[in-house]
Order: sequence, then C-alpha cells, then structure tokens
Amino acid sequence: MSEPHAETGTPAPRRRRLNRKLAPWLFLAPGALMFLIYVLIPIVESMWISFFQWDGLSAKTWVGLSNYLELLDDDAFYTSLKNNVIWLVLYMLAIPFGLFIALFLNQTVRGIRIYKSLFFFPFVISQVVVGLIFSWFYAPGFGLFFELTKWLDGTGIAILANPNTVTYGIIAAGLWPQIAYCMILYLTGLNAVAPDQIEAARLDGAKGIKMLWYVVLPQLRPATFIAVVVTVIGALRSFDLVSIMTDGGPFGSSRVLSYYMYEQALSEYGYRMGYGAAIAVVLFAIMMIFISGFIWKMWRDERGL
Amino acid sequence: MFPKPIQSMSPAARLTYQVLLPVMLVLWLLPLLGVAVTSIRPSSDLAQGNYFGVPSYLAFSNYLDVFKNSPFASYMLNSFKVTIPTVIGAVALSCLTGFALAVYKFKGNLLIFFIFVAGNFVPFQILMVPVRDLTVKMGLYDTITGLALFHVAFQTGFCTLFMRNFIKALPKELIEAARVEGVGEWQIFWHIVLPLVRPAIAALSVLIFTFIWNDYFWATVLTTGADTQPITAGLQSLNGQWVAAWQLVSAGSILAALPPVAMFFLMQKHFIAGLTLGAVK
Repeated sequence: MSEPHAETGTPAPRRRRLNRKLAPWLFLAPGALMFLIYVLIPIVESMWISFFQWDGLSAKTWVGLSNYLELLDDDAFYTSLKNNVIWLVLYMLAIPFGLFIALFLNQTVRGIRIYKSLFFFPFVISQVVVGLIFSWFYAPGFGLFFELTKWLDGTGIAILANPNTVTYGIIAAGLWPQIAYCMILYLTGLNAVAPDQIEAARLDGAKGIKMLWYVVLPQLRPATFIAVVVTVIGALRSFDLVSIMTDGGPFGSSRVLSYYMYEQALSEYGYRMGYGAAIAVVLFAIMMIFISGFIWKMWRDERGL
Repeated sequence: MFPKPIQSMSPAARLTYQVLLPVMLVLWLLPLLGVAVTSIRPSSDLAQGNYFGVPSYLAFSNYLDVFKNSPFASYMLNSFKVTIPTVIGAVALSCLTGFALAVYKFKGNLLIFFIFVAGNFVPFQILMVPVRDLTVKMGLYDTITGLALFHVAFQTGFCTLFMRNFIKALPKELIEAARVEGVGEWQIFWHIVLPLVRPAIAALSVLIFTFIWNDYFWATVLTTGADTQPITAGLQSLNGQWVAAWQLVSAGSILAALPPVAMFFLMQKHFIAGLTLGAVK
C-alpha cells in the first residue's frame, strides 16, 4: 500500500489503518454483489433486450427501435397507460382517507390499541387474498356489493365484468390496504405532534378544519411525504390485484403497464421478451421520475445533517 | 374528534364515539368478515343460495377439505421454505452493508446508498426477463433456492436503507472509543454494533417476512408447480380449480393470511416501528 507520509509507527496501528480503508468495501461486498447481479445489471439488460425481437429461447434479432415504434401504434398500450394514470390519481385518495381514520382513532379510550391494529389488518394480508376477498365481494349473483346495488337499482352491477367500471373496482380493492398503510403512518406522526402547540392554537381560537390545516398538518409533513412516496410507487407497481381479479379483462380493459408487460413476455399470448422489455422500460422511465424526486429530497436531507 | 381528547367532550359525544368505533370497524372489515363467515359455511348453504344468512351449521370441515383435496400443505410449506431463509439472508447482508455505509466515510458512500434505495423502488417488470433468464441459466428455475436468492438480493435494498439509518443514529462516541482502545473493525461490528441494533433486526425481520410471504409476482415468474410454488401463487391456481366453491376459496384465503397476521400481532410494536421509519422526524 502506498502511504505518502508513512509514519514510522509500529506495525499494529498501521495494519489497523489499512484495515479501516479496506473494511467498508469488505462489509459492502456480499450485499452489493447480490444487488448488482439481481437488480442493477438486469435493469441495463432489459433496456438492451428492448431493442431485440426475442422469444426467450432462440437467437435474438436486432430490431432497433421497432418495439418502441410498435408501442406507439398499440391500443392495448394506451389502455394500460391510461389505466396507470387512473390508478395514480385515485390511489392518492388513500392519503386523505388514511388521515381521516388516523384522526378518528387518535384517542385514548379503552381498547383503542386493538382497534388500531384491527384497522391495520388489510395491509398485513397478501394482495392475492385481498383480490380474492374483493372478487367475492363483487361477485354477480351473490356478492355483497352486487346485492347492495341490486337493492338500489333492481338489476345489480357486475363491476368486474364491465369494461367501464372494472378498473375502478380493482382500485377500490387496492385502496383498502393502502388506506390502512397511510393510516398507520399518520397515527405514528400524530404521536409526535406537540401538545403545547395544539394548546396554544386552541387559545388563539383555532378549531376543526383550521386547526387541522394550519397546526396539525404542517407537523405531519414527514408522514405525508412518506405516504405520498409509498402510494405513488404502490399505484405504479400494481400487478397482483389486476392479475388475481381480472387477468387484465374484460377485453383487456383493466390492463396496466406492469400487467401488459407480463402478458406480452410470459403468458400464453406469446413470449415476446423484446416487446415486453420495451413496455417495462417505459414503466421504469415513468417511475424514475418519482424515484429521482425522492432521492433528491433524501440527498438534501443528508447534506443538512 | 381529533386533537381534542374525547374525555374533555360532553358525555353524549363520548358515548357516540364509543358506539361509532365498533360500527366503523365492522364496516371497514366487512369484506373480510364476509369471507371469514363463508369459510365456515357448509357448501349446501351456498348451493341453496344462503350466502348471507346464518350458516345452517358451522362447517369447520372446510378447512380440512382444503388440505385433503389439494396440495395446500405443500404450498404453505414452500412459503416457509422461501420466506425464512430470505429473511435471514437479507437481514444478514444488510447488517453488513448498513454498517459499512453508516460508519465509514469514503468516496461514493452516499451514491452507493442511494443506488440501494432507488433499486428497491424499481418496477419488478424491468427485472423480470433478465432475472428469469439468469435463474434458468443457473439451473435454479422452478426451485425454492432460485426464488429465495432473488428475494434476498432485492430485499437487501430496503434493508440497507433501514439498517444504515438505524446504525447512523447510534452514538458515534461508542465506535470512536472502541477504536482508541484498539478494537478491530470486525470486532466493533460484531460486539458493539450488532447487539445495539437488535430492535432494528426484529423490526426488519417481521417486515421482510410479511413482504416475502405475500409476494405473488416472483412466485409466478420463477416457479411453476405445487412442488415449489408458495401459497400466494398456489391459492390463485386453486381458485381456478375450485370454481364457485367459495367456502374452500375463503378457507384457503384465511389460512394463507394467518402467518403474516400472527407475525404482526406478536411483533406489532416492531412491525409498526419498521414501517413508519422516517414518518416522524
């Protein structure tokens, strides 16, 4: 090792110095290597594959940008993109709903802890189970939701069978666990709200909505930030519910990019790996906008430390 | 309601609140309660259209039927076989990476940290084709090892974020003092830092357990049959076979949800602490 101003110390401290330079890399190596192999390299590989026509088995054929050009002309792609936007917008409802439930539960009465954990329940169970539960809830003929609408309009609404309503039905199922998640974020945030500020605001005559808007919400900003991040990522990643509840149907009307990609690359509809990869790259690009924003904020916070 | 404690309100308001709590809870969990009741409803009730009335008897046998008529037990076992090694692997790796990123100052420290964080948020689809391909090439396609290896690698992203922030919050003086004493770097990690991060390890373990147990996407991409598929993928394929046997689908769903729910109730404090990391500042 080159030591420009080598001290003439005993070998022991010098070895320790060397150790301290090398140590972080040794500690990092196993985890970083795994992450590199399974996450970072595949991202680049996917981008590369998106320029090929490939069935996953035989040789790849270079097709340049033609997968992307095909996307521009693909109605299913636009349906998926449109649904992704609907998901993104409606999923945001989880934040105010979560806040509302958190405020409702933010009291100290007997058994409130059990209530809080039971309200959190939907988040803990798998989306597969949530999807099955809601499929049953919506099922035409006997589902509770169907029965309720039948009672209202006489015929009943088969929400998952109608191309115009299916996406909303699935989003409602997705909101259930997401609201629970936002609720727990806000409950934790509310624990940290300074009581003296509330008291001071109350003396100034702040109440209800005003108190919420000017005193409580500003203090909940970290919770809101995390809630926005996890909700955006959750909305764009949505795959499980679409796959469980409708398989993208009816007539492909509930597809989202993540599902359409899977369908193109790995289902009975075909093994179009290149085309699938191109869809994945588009989704990745959309998500990177949000991820970069998040990282940028983290970077600012880190520098502030 | 909110910030104002309910105790300082009128008795009427307090009573209303006490009544509203269970009502809201039942409404909130209505779909789940429906499924729970269906899971103990005899199939004869369903055949006669008794979907919501009182079950004519409690058919706990549905739960037995799930095990008898399908490879359900195998699916459940596979889930444990994937989940437990993944939790151990991801937590172990991230203790190391988290320590490296929190304790040492070196060029690229923050950059590496952010790569872990960002990687953790990417859509699975961008990884799907290459990871499946890699798993096939390693001869690990349709094996529990192949699935677990990927999970370990991917979860390392989130776990590193978590451990790094936790270790960073420890008092620096501890490590400085140890160095002055001449304690080696590995010893510092093993004897000083690890014992202090036990709560973080507990929180992470429960969270990762839930994430992996509930994973569906990778289970369908990397495994195919009842011999290797975990319960999430298994449940979906059984759902296809048990068309209209809602009592079985319901019982299966409840069973599949049990381990993470049990985990949550046992380790609630840790679970929530892990999930809300950063929500309070």
